[in-house]
Amino acid sequence: MNLQKERKALSRQPAKRQSMTVMTLRRMKKNKMAMVGLIILTFIMLVAIFGPLIAPYSYTETDLLHTYGLPSLLHPFGTDELGRDILSRMIIGSRASLSIGFVSMAGASVIGIMFGSICGYFGGKVDTVIMRFMDILQALPPLIMAITICAALGPGLNNCIVAITISNIPSFVRMTRASVLNIRRMEYLEAATAINCSTSRIIVKHILPNALSPLIVQLTMGIATSIISASAMSFLGLGVQPPDAEWGAMLSAGRSYIRNYPHMVTFAGVTIMITVLSLNMLGDGLRDALDPKLKN
Amino acid sequence: MSKEKMKTSDFLLSVRDLEVVYTSAGATVHAVNGVSLDIKRGENLGLVGETGAGKTTIAKAILGVLPDPPAKILNGEIILEDSDLLKLPKKEMRKVRGNKISMIFQDPMTALNPLLTVGDQIAEVVLLHESVSKKEAMNKAMEMLEMVGIPADRYSELPHQFSGGMKQRVVIAIALACNPELLLADEPTTALDVTIQAQVMDMIGALQKKLNTSMILITHDLGLVAESCDNVAVIYAGKIVEYASKEDLFLNPVHPYTLGLFGSIPSLSTDVDRLTPIPGMAPDPENLPEGCSFHPRCKYAMDECKHGSVHFKEVSPNHFVHCHMYHCDKEV
Repeated sequence: MNLQKERKALSRQPAKRQSMTVMTLRRMKKNKMAMVGLIILTFIMLVAIFGPLIAPYSYTETDLLHTYGLPSLLHPFGTDELGRDILSRMIIGSRASLSIGFVSMAGASVIGIMFGSICGYFGGKVDTVIMRFMDILQALPPLIMAITICAALGPGLNNCIVAITISNIPSFVRMTRASVLNIRRMEYLEAATAINCSTSRIIVKHILPNALSPLIVQLTMGIATSIISASAMSFLGLGVQPPDAEWGAMLSAGRSYIRNYPHMVTFAGVTIMITVLSLNMLGDGLRDALDPKLKN
Repeated sequence: MSKEKMKTSDFLLSVRDLEVVYTSAGATVHAVNGVSLDIKRGENLGLVGETGAGKTTIAKAILGVLPDPPAKILNGEIILEDSDLLKLPKKEMRKVRGNKISMIFQDPMTALNPLLTVGDQIAEVVLLHESVSKKEAMNKAMEMLEMVGIPADRYSELPHQFSGGMKQRVVIAIALACNPELLLADEPTTALDVTIQAQVMDMIGALQKKLNTSMILITHDLGLVAESCDNVAVIYAGKIVEYASKEDLFLNPVHPYTLGLFGSIPSLSTDVDRLTPIPGMAPDPENLPEGCSFHPRCKYAMDECKHGSVHFKEVSPNHFVHCHMYHCDKEV
């Protein structure tokens, strides 16, 4: 009798709950590559956030006596054609580059997931109309599309973000739609209808969490590619305008001097590469960590 | 049927002349063709038939979760406690679905959301139908888990951490969480092995008695019907071909299809080398044969079977059959 009571008391204790996020993070901890990616990315983001505090020089300060300076103790990454400190410009430039990557992907994923789940869930005419519109957007390669939009809106950081956002929406719509179509056939959705969940609840609570893992991976990889597209746009003169710093713009400015002063492009290029690489490693790790069945 | 003499309110649920079709790529599939049935409170009705006979479609029509399109209810009434579910506005139907009528799904492996904890999935239905706080819903969910024999401290585990039988228990807990008046059990044990089958059916039976729930048990296992039903409806090509009490049907089956079904069950007492199957295949529901839809496979088929419709006849009290072979005065 006592034992039974004890058992009952034990089982009544609120079971320990773990949210999806905590579990995912715990699983990701075991993946070394993903952790390296996460650490590098955190470092880069901290640098971007505290940029003005840690930059040794002002990013606009010119020093015409020390142009094209090779890396030295005073200027670890050297100086550019106007004698500006490249390290300081890189630190300040990270803010523009990262915000282009993160903001445009956040925008593209929110809009894309919304339209994609509507398409996948409701199907029919709505689906056809939205998807044909996406076909139009996708008829041009994303970069060309972004360049077109940027050319129409005029160059600049904000317009660049808008352009990259729009050009990335179709891939999110398509991916979400495919995922949702797949999950829509599942019996647990029928079960959810049978216990009378509303349509919005079914989409938000039952479909999206299950459709999310490929999308999160797409998101991290997308940030990487949009940083590259932003660099390409700046390279073409459509992105961030001088004297503002941005990695791609710096790459573009340094290309004329690549033969005599390769350090001017090397550092910007390598930083872009490391950022993209760490994002990709993180994305790969996330994909594995998001599957609840691989737990532990 | 003699039932019409009784008032519908004697029954918890009455289905009248239900007709459901599926349309896909221009073809029309006649899934359910004029099904009528009645269930009293606390009574169990077995729906028996081959795969594709329309059993699940009937259940989904009652619950109002048929996907439209492609499914369409052409005709009929589904009366639950004096209100026709087919005519109820969406808002009213919400109070019924999951609360008064709930469903146990066939495959527990896919009927649970893999990303939500089992406890949350039970609590969800409570939250949707009763005005309770989250905490109370959680407590209720824990109670339900204990009731189906799962320790409540497994509340926050995910479906993949459970075995098939335990998942089915969770599905049953979800179905019973709001004390429904009618339970639609769609092949609740098909995905489970025999010993677990017995456990699950015993549990459903015990819980049903406790909560005084009626049940429609959909199955193709006549043994399961014998064990747990009061009445049986044999369905063939979307039509009830025979309807009787369990005892009547098992001791005295009359429709050639029912006879064929019993003929294909191996018997323990007699030694036979081969079972006698029903010849032929179930008809293509896109293209049902004229007349009685069973006539191409029926060894007693007569000319009159090939044309016109067959009426429901009462061969003995409360034993109905859809067949020309039986002539009785009481045509209904």
